[in-house]
Amino acid sequence: MASSRSRVGLFVTCLADMFRPEVAFASVKLLEMAGFDVEVPERQTCCGQPAFNSGDRHDSAAIARQTIEAFDGFEYVVGPSGSCIGMLHHYPELFAEGDPWHQRALDLKSRAFEITSFLAQHLDTDKLSSSFSGKVTYHDSCSGLRELGIKRQPRELLSKIPGVQICEMEESETCCGFGGTFCVKYPDISNRMVGNKSENIRATGADTLLAGDLGCLLNMAGKLKREGVNVQARHVVEILADMANTPAIGEAAIGEAEKRS
Amino acid sequence: MQIKSPEFKQNARIALEDVNLQRALGNLKAGFPQKRAAAVARLPEFDQLRDEARDLKNHILEHLDLYLEEFEKNVVANGGTVHWCRTAEDARKTILEICQDQDAKTVTKGKSMVTEEIDLNDYLEKNGVTPVETDLGEYILQLREDHPSHIIAPAIHLNIEDVADAFHEHHKRPKSNDPAHLMREAREMLRKHFVAADVGITGANFLVAETGSTIICTNEGNGDLTQTLPKTHIVVSSIEKVVPTLEDMTLFLRLLARSATGQEFTVYNTLSSGPRRPGDQDGPENFHVVLVDNGRSDMVGSEFQEMLRCIRCSACMNHCPVYGAVGGHSYGWVYPGPMGSVLTPQMVGIENAGLLPNASTFCGKCEEVCPVRIPLPKLMRHWRDKEYEKHLSPTSVRSGLSVWSFFATRPKLYRLFASVGNRFLRLKAGKKGRTSKLPLASAWTDHRDMPAPSGKTFMQQWKEQNR
Ligand code: SF4
Repeated sequence: MASSRSRVGLFVTCLADMFRPEVAFASVKLLEMAGFDVEVPERQTCCGQPAFNSGDRHDSAAIARQTIEAFDGFEYVVGPSGSCIGMLHHYPELFAEGDPWHQRALDLKSRAFEITSFLAQHLDTDKLSSSFSGKVTYHDSCSGLRELGIKRQPRELLSKIPGVQICEMEESETCCGFGGTFCVKYPDISNRMVGNKSENIRATGADTLLAGDLGCLLNMAGKLKREGVNVQARHVVEILADMANTPAIGEAAIGEAEKRS
Repeated sequence: MQIKSPEFKQNARIALEDVNLQRALGNLKAGFPQKRAAAVARLPEFDQLRDEARDLKNHILEHLDLYLEEFEKNVVANGGTVHWCRTAEDARKTILEICQDQDAKTVTKGKSMVTEEIDLNDYLEKNGVTPVETDLGEYILQLREDHPSHIIAPAIHLNIEDVADAFHEHHKRPKSNDPAHLMREAREMLRKHFVAADVGITGANFLVAETGSTIICTNEGNGDLTQTLPKTHIVVSSIEKVVPTLEDMTLFLRLLARSATGQEFTVYNTLSSGPRRPGDQDGPENFHVVLVDNGRSDMVGSEFQEMLRCIRCSACMNHCPVYGAVGGHSYGWVYPGPMGSVLTPQMVGIENAGLLPNASTFCGKCEEVCPVRIPLPKLMRHWRDKEYEKHLSPTSVRSGLSVWSFFATRPKLYRLFASVGNRFLRLKAGKKGRTSKLPLASAWTDHRDMPAPSGKTFMQQWKEQNR
């Protein structure tokens, strides 16, 4: 539990900023519930992963320096994405040992946490209350799972919400095929992977798909919609923060769906 | 072998639509990963052994020259000969010379990826020596003039009907789809070759420095016949396979079988320590070890050194969702899957194989299962770095990235850019909440809808709320 309200810098992530502001608002709500003062540094943009994974170390390092500076002085840096926080953890690799930025990158790494793992540690889960009810299935996004060890944390948090029934899918740990630029560089392979994922999701009979990363969620939601599968995709924090009353990812604004049918 | 890695994308597209290949790959997915998981679950110290194996391999790589020299000294003491070959061509020539020295007409071969790497079979054949593959999978491929698509299950891309057809065509026997029958038929055909061969060529899973021994691990026992019946035994091995002691070797054997097939131990683990000695009941008269470098010593001390820990277990490809979707041939050269995506650029050049290290989502499953903890995604990323440095990445990618980076390093402009993009996507989607066609984004929208932003950007809304 945070004692004398420590400061958390929210790493919004570019996808939450652009596509799903609810995710950032839900994160703020949950972090405040856990007793933190939340600020959103203005100088943040993207974590730099597209450049890093494309071999462009020069631009990755520039973005890393900017992010390090933006989050200077915060006790914690928390973001709603295992992939982006994982990227922050890669920052030290971008600077030679002995370069002062290397030390600063290590320091940022030690303060940077993915939201569900952070909440699992700092939030009194009795405070969670959500009116959400439904059968959900959880996709373990790769970076969160393998770089940050996120697996039980979101499930533990979800288990505190009485209306949630978790139906695990087959191969929940298998990549959905998003992979950042991979999905546009290798569209056919990506499509096969997300197609497999969609089948596994469908087979659970769940009505809601949850995950902790918007990249994967946009990919899976887009596929489910294209296939006409009636499963709603949401970021897990939307459920935890009781903010699941908005349309799910890729869904028509409330009221529109009924109007059309 | 012709390098088809530059056609990876086309290869993959064809593979995805090949119904028979997909059926065959389905068997892989259901087989090895589950068996490995069960075997790992039965050995609580598995992860600890992985750490030990990683550390030991690192130690070996730091002292590779010493252990190889010790190995050579002991092979010679046992009455064998070691040949040091810097390139694939050196290795091919050396092997041919040994065969010609023996007046060899046919050679039997145990399974060996290094001989694929140096393209040995074609070369021998062109020079009047007939190689006969004795591993069942390799034998099938040889009949079909095909290549391995997997490093331990070379014919994994085939279904039983393909095997039946190949046998029927080449053996001129009635056709049968019964695996046991096909196995018997292959054995019968191979028997005469085992006896007639002048030279037996095998690979090696490990080279043991302290005893000058080589070991092969097989499940068919074909390797034993290949190396004990002919007068001459040639072991072809790459240099990084050396381990200090027999004891060390057993550590790797425990990891290898479990990681590869989920067995506790491979069925046949056959050590060769030189030619037949007086009083020995069997064994070859001549024993040669051909040590192949082929770019490996360049990896020592480079950012790719860790790749040399590889013990060729295949776990990385067995668990790779990309390999599982497109199969091994798509990769277009000898080594497929994640380990191939790191090795192939080293051996055929990044300008030929750049598509391979890019064909990964970096999901990290390969690293998770690798028994010697090779950070495969990191190594693939190193290749992407090299590609970018050498200006080999496609111009569209480079210019897209530089525009994006320009904005990403200018927060104010970035906000503007994000809010314009956000608005555009919302307008495009109208009230549907998603769009099925987007200019310049067909790679995405050909296969899936693009969810629309649910409102203004977070940063806009946050500002509006005055927080
Ligand atoms: S890279 Fe690792 S998992 Fe892949 S074959 Fe080599 S040892 Fe096995």
